[in-house]
Amino acid sequence: MALIELSGIERRFLLGDTTVNALAGLNLSIAAGEYVAVMGPSGSGKSTLLNLLGLLDRPNAGSYRLEGRDVTTLSADEQATVRSLRIGFVFQSFHLVPRLSAAENIALPMMLAGIAPAERKQRVSQALINFGLENRADHKPDQLSGGQRQRVAIARATIMQPALILADEPTGNLDRHTGDEVVNLLEALNASGVTLVVVTHDQRMGARARRQLVMEDGRLKFDSAVDAAV
Amino acid sequence: MRLSDTLRFARDAATGYPMRTALSVFAMAIGVAAVVLLTALGDGARRYVVGQFSALGTNLVMVLPGRTGTGGFNPATAITSTPRDLTVDDAAAVKRATSVLRVAPLLVGTSEINFAGRLREVMVAGTVADYFAIRDFQVAQGDILPDEDWNRGASVAVIGNKIRQELFGNTPAVGQLVRIGDRRVRVIGVLKSTGQGLGMNTDELVIVPVSLALSMFNTNTLFRVLVEARNRELIPQAKEQTLAIIKQRHRGEEDITVITQDAVLATFDKLLGALTLAVAGIAAISLAVAGILVMNVMLVAVTQRTGEIGLLKALGAPARTIRLAFLSEAAMLSAVGALLGYLLGQLGAFILRQIFPVFPAYPPDWAVIAGLGTAIGTGLLFGFLPARRAARLDPVQALMKH
Repeated sequence: MALIELSGIERRFLLGDTTVNALAGLNLSIAAGEYVAVMGPSGSGKSTLLNLLGLLDRPNAGSYRLEGRDVTTLSADEQATVRSLRIGFVFQSFHLVPRLSAAENIALPMMLAGIAPAERKQRVSQALINFGLENRADHKPDQLSGGQRQRVAIARATIMQPALILADEPTGNLDRHTGDEVVNLLEALNASGVTLVVVTHDQRMGARARRQLVMEDGRLKFDSAVDAAV
Repeated sequence: MRLSDTLRFARDAATGYPMRTALSVFAMAIGVAAVVLLTALGDGARRYVVGQFSALGTNLVMVLPGRTGTGGFNPATAITSTPRDLTVDDAAAVKRATSVLRVAPLLVGTSEINFAGRLREVMVAGTVADYFAIRDFQVAQGDILPDEDWNRGASVAVIGNKIRQELFGNTPAVGQLVRIGDRRVRVIGVLKSTGQGLGMNTDELVIVPVSLALSMFNTNTLFRVLVEARNRELIPQAKEQTLAIIKQRHRGEEDITVITQDAVLATFDKLLGALTLAVAGIAAISLAVAGILVMNVMLVAVTQRTGEIGLLKALGAPARTIRLAFLSEAAMLSAVGALLGYLLGQLGAFILRQIFPVFPAYPPDWAVIAGLGTAIGTGLLFGFLPARRAARLDPVQALMKH
């Protein structure tokens, strides 16, 4: 069974008087454990797709089945629960809370989910070790380098052991070297079974993914999995 | 999210913007401090006045000439409308009532006192020996007025301490002859200094027998008759008996007014209580303003932290969690402000008591509770709107604002 199944997804925005079709008639299936790169020019609908996959946005039409369950009809709070338990986000600009330390930022999803402080502490210290941040636990985000910040963000995205990680230009704000480190980290996570969907402009990074999707004007222009089959 | 986590998150969020937080806490503190301090002032005034009135004497019933209320139809009132004089004999008659312990007729006027060429204007009170017991006046030197026939008083006077000082300086006053108006009287006593009180200042008072004062001012009518009931329970009875006796003496015409000290006290108590309430109401406006300020601060917080709210939503926080976090922050701002204001207000009242020791400036409990309650209430009320706005933010839009 596919982890993600999109069929007939439409997403329209009203910009002034004109309607923009951000996504039009999109059908997509992603199996568990896949490593997918979504590419395409600005305005092609990549980010809208990622927001839909992350349940941050709702389609105007079509259905989205996550792990076999139709999630488009869930209430906002039910979707929040799905995000909390099954989905991890990695953002281009890291999105760390500036007043919280690295450890507290990593613990944030567990705090929101109401996990007991003792377990949080134990899981955070393990994550700090896994991501090489042991000595940065008490540092605030502004005391961390870009690479360290993104490592904290990835640690935060994985701390709830999600089935799916959605990364929006994870290397966009990083230099090539640290960018590579971050990609290696994400790939290692994928290797351990987590499904990884990365939106990127970077051709080189896109090429590393096992499956490439190219979007244009809200449609899927190229899907390496389909084209390989053809 | 656990409650302890929500509170800690809200606390960290508040302390993350120290200037903004300090200002809104300060505004709330000023509001609460104003309520505490102003009600302390108002209630202090009430207590002060009530205390002063109590000092006038206990279990007191006062008789005033003339009628202020309207009674039923009485044939007597149809014939004459002029009130009869309230005389010394009326006062003497009241003495017979079973519920009455002491009676003192009182006549007040101003005159000049003259000794060895030194002259000054004084207030002269004409009364009898029992007046000293009723008002709890004591003499520092000499004696009080002699207990004698009310209609045949001796030419003697008891003078206030300030008058003694001004007329006699360091020479003994008791036994000296002074001139009051056109009468020569002998000073037989000097009142103990009591300082400024409500009503007459005893330091500048000259007390003479009532008969002497009546002839001095050439009148038959008394200013007051003070009646002291045997005990507190007998006050209403004393009032009734006094009224009945004088009414009978005035041929059935009710041309006097009898009031109890309790009634006067109750009126002042009510009046000043209302004043305190009004002052508290005015101070409460500053609390409402502080509440609006907290709302403003929280609205700014929502705008400033839009990116963070988007992140919390992406990380799986339901609307309730976000609402609670912002509401707790608003509640914290107002609670800390209220507490600080309470301490400030108490400190202000304390300083006031140090400067004016006679003035009992204690904030009443109801004002403190209402002040703190209103502060936290407005904080929550005005915190609700920003919290709801935060919870309703669209996560995609919110995340873009970083």
